[in-house]
Amino acid sequence: MQRIEHDHARFRDIVRGRIRKDLKKYVSQGELLGRVGRHSVSIPLPQLDLPHFHYGPNPKSGVGQGEGGEGDEVDEGAGQAGEEAGNHVLEVEVSFAELAKILGEELGLPRIQPKGRKELRTSGGTYTGISKVGPESLRHTRRTFKEALKKSILSGGYDPRKPLIIPSPEDRRYRAWKVKDLSVSSAVVLYMMDVSGSMGKEQKEIVRNQAFWMDAWLRSQYRSLEVVYIVHDAVAHVVDRDTFYHLRESGGTKISSAYELGLKVIDEKFPAAEWNVYAFHFSDGDNWSARDTERCVTLLRDEYQPRVNLFGYGQVKSAYGSGQFKKDLDGALTGQPWLVTSEINDREGIVASIKEFLGRGR
Amino acid sequence: MASLPHELEVARAEIEKIARGYGLDFFETIFEVLEDRELNEVAAYGGFPVRYPSWRFGMDYDRLAKEYRYGLSKIYEMVINNDPSYAYLMRSNQIVDQKLVMAHVFGHVDFFKNNLWFSPTDRKMVDTMANHGTRVRRAIDEHGLDAVEQFLDVVLSLDNLIDPYSVYRPRKSQPRNGMSGDGSPSRQSVPRIPVGQGRGYLDRYLNPAEALESERKKLEDEAKRLRRDPPEPERDVLSFLLKRAPLERWERSLLEIIREEAYYYAPQAMTKIMNEGWATFWHSRIMTRHVLNDSEVVDFADHHSGTVHASPGQVNPYKLGVELWRDIEDRWNRGAFGEEYDRCEDAERRARWDTGAMLGNKKIFDVRRIYNDVTFIEEFFTEDFAHEHRYYVYKRNPRTGKAEIADRNPRLVKEALLKRITNAGQPVIRVVDANYKNRGELFLEHLHEGEDLQLAHAEETLRHLHQLWRRPVHIRTQEEGKERILSCEGEEAAPAQ
Repeated sequence: MQRIEHDHARFRDIVRGRIRKDLKKYVSQGELLGRVGRHSVSIPLPQLDLPHFHYGPNPKSGVGQGEGGEGDEVDEGAGQAGEEAGNHVLEVEVSFAELAKILGEELGLPRIQPKGRKELRTSGGTYTGISKVGPESLRHTRRTFKEALKKSILSGGYDPRKPLIIPSPEDRRYRAWKVKDLSVSSAVVLYMMDVSGSMGKEQKEIVRNQAFWMDAWLRSQYRSLEVVYIVHDAVAHVVDRDTFYHLRESGGTKISSAYELGLKVIDEKFPAAEWNVYAFHFSDGDNWSARDTERCVTLLRDEYQPRVNLFGYGQVKSAYGSGQFKKDLDGALTGQPWLVTSEINDREGIVASIKEFLGRGR
Repeated sequence: MASLPHELEVARAEIEKIARGYGLDFFETIFEVLEDRELNEVAAYGGFPVRYPSWRFGMDYDRLAKEYRYGLSKIYEMVINNDPSYAYLMRSNQIVDQKLVMAHVFGHVDFFKNNLWFSPTDRKMVDTMANHGTRVRRAIDEHGLDAVEQFLDVVLSLDNLIDPYSVYRPRKSQPRNGMSGDGSPSRQSVPRIPVGQGRGYLDRYLNPAEALESERKKLEDEAKRLRRDPPEPERDVLSFLLKRAPLERWERSLLEIIREEAYYYAPQAMTKIMNEGWATFWHSRIMTRHVLNDSEVVDFADHHSGTVHASPGQVNPYKLGVELWRDIEDRWNRGAFGEEYDRCEDAERRARWDTGAMLGNKKIFDVRRIYNDVTFIEEFFTEDFAHEHRYYVYKRNPRTGKAEIADRNPRLVKEALLKRITNAGQPVIRVVDANYKNRGELFLEHLHEGEDLQLAHAEETLRHLHQLWRRPVHIRTQEEGKERILSCEGEEAAPAQ
């Protein structure tokens, strides 16, 4: 039965084509963010179904069966499955890997060459070992009887014409988890965001969308990806994902606070010898003082440069920001392969910015 | 094609014997046991694994496989109208389910074979479908996958624009354009009643001026009608396009295939209530009276009640069907029909009515032969039935958007029910003018019966229609009670052809 596989593959192709066509829309509108599952995203593609001349899903009147008086509401809840197929919006599940692939192809992103660092070991395990202790659910009956048989033969109690084997507790054998070394190149991403008063809701949406898509891409390039979120105004904090996207603070902006905290996190938890480190910082470009900006430049040049694969600075345009920080960075650190600065004017600019960030294949 | 496992073969032979004993008369029925993956595949192909390739079958498969995996639904029964008939069983089902499905399937195949509305269907459809597959594959080889796929998508979005009744009417040959002869019908004279010699005075009584005038007008209208193109509104839009749209030979061939398959499936939609009811009626009778053993009763009851489950705001064809069949059998057994019974107003007496006629069995077999859903409901959905089974009409409250019970008047219920099943729940759409504005534009009309079309889809469909007609296309319909004409003029920069 290969026919359906052929047609199914063709269907997946069409879905991919449709997503690719609308990719820029998905990226800029961020409508996929609410549909993220553990390993996949469910994308509504109503336009994939063939249109017909037909009636709408909610008839003005109709016939039903059951109790109830005039004027009583009819519970139209889920109908019995299988009956009246139709009126559902077609949703297609696409894995992150596939989504990342589409993104990569559409934006022409190069594959990332992991740095030649010592690779991290993970302990993936399989039930290949045997142990003398364990839960009964993992008992290895054949090995248990084999042990009992051996003992029975050794002790001379075995009669081939009447082979009666009774395992005693010490004969029992269990399947055991054997730790296996898997070498994997791992990566950590630090997202740092300015949450000072000038960063509005729209600016944060942009950061959120961009982070989602960069995540998808980086995940496709590394087997495991750790993410650290840092927010800062005049001081910086490590926060969880939810806070990162929703927190709104006010106050001044001291970018160096975030850079220092980021550095501390890297050194404590993700030593650069073992990790591919990515750091992205988003702000509207206003900093506390020129002196703090100098401090940032020093940190980047002396501390981040030897540690990171890539440092990305994304400057989101806002009504209040001066945009000075990017100019300062560009001025002080021109032509550094590990540093990317990018300006994001509005949602439409996200795609281009992603390309700038990830287009270097580092 | 493996034969059935022993246990199922024993059950099959037993059930077949019982079914024949009841007078069910079916084609040879070949059962196959399939894995869930295979069954989903067959279902995605509408029962025919030999069908033409299309991504749409892949899409259906995707959905079925997912629903099965998440336990949302699973297919119990799949049978195709063919001689011999093929039916599929899901391997993972319990034996009691397999028996239920077999009994159900024999009911369907009896219906396929004997119901009048299935008589024009192709009983060698498995072969025909395979041939269609070959033709489509050849077209793909010659014209490329993209071109064929795109054309199929266009045609498939129009595949409900057929006239299911046309196959039962003798083909009338119509003169193509207007009248024969010299073709100036307006000069045709109105026949007069001859007046005898010397009786000229009678003329103005026998041939009064008004009558002559109205006769002339009738003739003129007739002539106008015949000059129209098409002379009569055409409901078989696919056939009209086949004859008149500027198509390439391979496109015509694909259109023919889609139309043929649409007509093959049409009777199943026209008899859904009867057919499902009939199969349910027989599986219930065969299982409960003969086949079930003690250990199976609970599972059977569980699955049977799932089949005839009523959800509010919906009509379950299995339930409505089986209840109607039982009602008919019961009434004809009691002799509760005919003039005397109809005239009886006393509900008590009607309920206890019994002449000992015992005509139920004969009656249901007669009914399954000649009725379709519309005539079935029209004839047998009685006031008593509507009352007893608690049917109601609901209306959508325009303020809340929620459906509310509006009436339990059996007449209104029946009316609403008939409206829903007329044309198998599809809107009636006809070609009324193929030379609209005298510019070769195509004009369709939707016979609006209270329910609006989904306009966004209609516009999209119109675009597809335009790709076939290659001239502007229009459809007249209604929205919120007001007339609405949707048009697709085609691409702005379309080159004049």
